[in-house]
Amino acid sequence: MENIFKINNLSKAFKGKKVLCIDELNIPRGLITAIIGPSGAGKSTLLSILNGLVPPDEGKIFFEDQNIIGSMRHGDHNRRSMAMVFQHAVMFHGTVFDNIAYGLKIRKTPEDQIKKRVDEILALIGLNEIALQRAETISGGEAQRIALARAMVFQPKVLLLDEPTANLDPANVSQIEKLIVHAKREYGTTVVLVTHNMFQAKRLADYTVFMMNGSIIECGNHERIFENPNDTKTRLFISGEMIY
Amino acid sequence: MAYFQEAFIMAIKNLLSFDPELYGIVFLSLKISTIAVILSALVGIPVGAVIALKEFKGKNVLINMINTLMGIPPVVVGLVVYILLSNQFGIFGDLRLLFTQTAMVMAQTMLATPIIMGLTIVALHGLDPLLRKTAISLGASRYQLVWILIREARYSIGSSIIVAFGRLLAEVGAVMMVGGNIRYQTRVMTTAIALQKGMGEFQEALALGIILLILSLFITTGIDMIRRGKVWL
Ligand SMILES: Nc1ncnc2c1ncn2[C@@H]1O[C@H](COP(=O)(O)OP(=O)(O)OP(=O)(O)O)[C@@H](O)[C@H]1O
Ligand SMILES: [Mg+2]
Repeated sequence: MENIFKINNLSKAFKGKKVLCIDELNIPRGLITAIIGPSGAGKSTLLSILNGLVPPDEGKIFFEDQNIIGSMRHGDHNRRSMAMVFQHAVMFHGTVFDNIAYGLKIRKTPEDQIKKRVDEILALIGLNEIALQRAETISGGEAQRIALARAMVFQPKVLLLDEPTANLDPANVSQIEKLIVHAKREYGTTVVLVTHNMFQAKRLADYTVFMMNGSIIECGNHERIFENPNDTKTRLFISGEMIY
Repeated sequence: MAYFQEAFIMAIKNLLSFDPELYGIVFLSLKISTIAVILSALVGIPVGAVIALKEFKGKNVLINMINTLMGIPPVVVGLVVYILLSNQFGIFGDLRLLFTQTAMVMAQTMLATPIIMGLTIVALHGLDPLLRKTAISLGASRYQLVWILIREARYSIGSSIIVAFGRLLAEVGAVMMVGGNIRYQTRVMTTAIALQKGMGEFQEALALGIILLILSLFITTGIDMIRRGKVWL
């Protein structure tokens, strides 16, 4: 199994409080990796560091064998190889279509290509009818789907998803999950998925990472973590017995 | 009250008389201030955006300086430009620009640039920080990031242009000092008002003031309609 991210001795503190301390973590290429763990475990922070949005205090992250810590620049090749979807979706001024097209526009994709790709993905998320609606008027569930479509449309190598289905109804959840699987199967995208939803991790993940208090408690392929966890904390969390 | 009423009627009459001198003055006011506000926007918006988005040493000091300049009295700006352009001490004295329309545009541009710059910084600081992260994460380059955030803040930045334009149309100190209120050449509405008042023609001056107000109302409404009518991007 080839790893697209290799993380070594990563640490991060906010105002003296250590929120992340990872000795080693590898993210396999072309698969869906779920990061699970209680609130405050450092999952969002880890994702932001992978995307180069937050600098770590120490450590190295190799992305395709190149250390990206401190070397990522706005709009450079590595940055354009990945896209993050945040816990809360925000829309840019313009229509739903404009929002989804943004990543393609800034990559100077030809207009006809943009139209084709955006229409394709709109059909996939079932939002064709609202393509020309103004983005500030859409519902929360639609916004989350659009945010995912906006990150997927230019087919980045890596998708970093921070609880993309939080606060959604089951219909919306299944549509987003369909989209995530589509990215992996059709585009070969590596997906790092932070989720609170254990069932979702079970449904989607090939590889699972369990985090607590900023550290990796256990990681491994999905069957092993869910059927036969080594660590008691993992077992308690997965079975829902952990109080946090 | 009757005095004001008469002035108002005089203003309307003057407007309807299509007196070329009056219209020349109105046109010059608009021309000088429009050019100055465009130049100020071209400098103030991008520079303000870069200051707002970049982290660097002395950023707060710089922002405080810009905020101070936002409130600088027009006569002071006029004086500075006067000195710069004068034959006696100025480094640009050889250009012979004093008491020309160019000098007036220069002074008004210096007046409006900090206003637009300062309000652009405020507008960008007021944006949801997630907009910036989202654009970066989707792959925006430095330049593309600045552009999309300016677009997101377009209402506030548009307002800053209206505020600056209003201030330029209304100011008298700077244009008087570097323009000199020369008839048919550098006389604008505010300097004409000052002149009429100086000659004791209070009602004439008041009528001009009313015309200035009517003009401001039209322009502000116009810009606001452009803004709401989605013409602006
Ligand atoms: N910018 C910041 N300044 C200070 N503390 C922060 C900052 N960002 C995160 N933290 C702290 O770091 C810790 C980890 O936060 P993080 O958002 O990564 O957790 P999480 O695992 O994503 O939690 P959740 O599941 O609730 O989203 C938290 O205790 C949080 O308060
Ligand atoms: Mg989080």
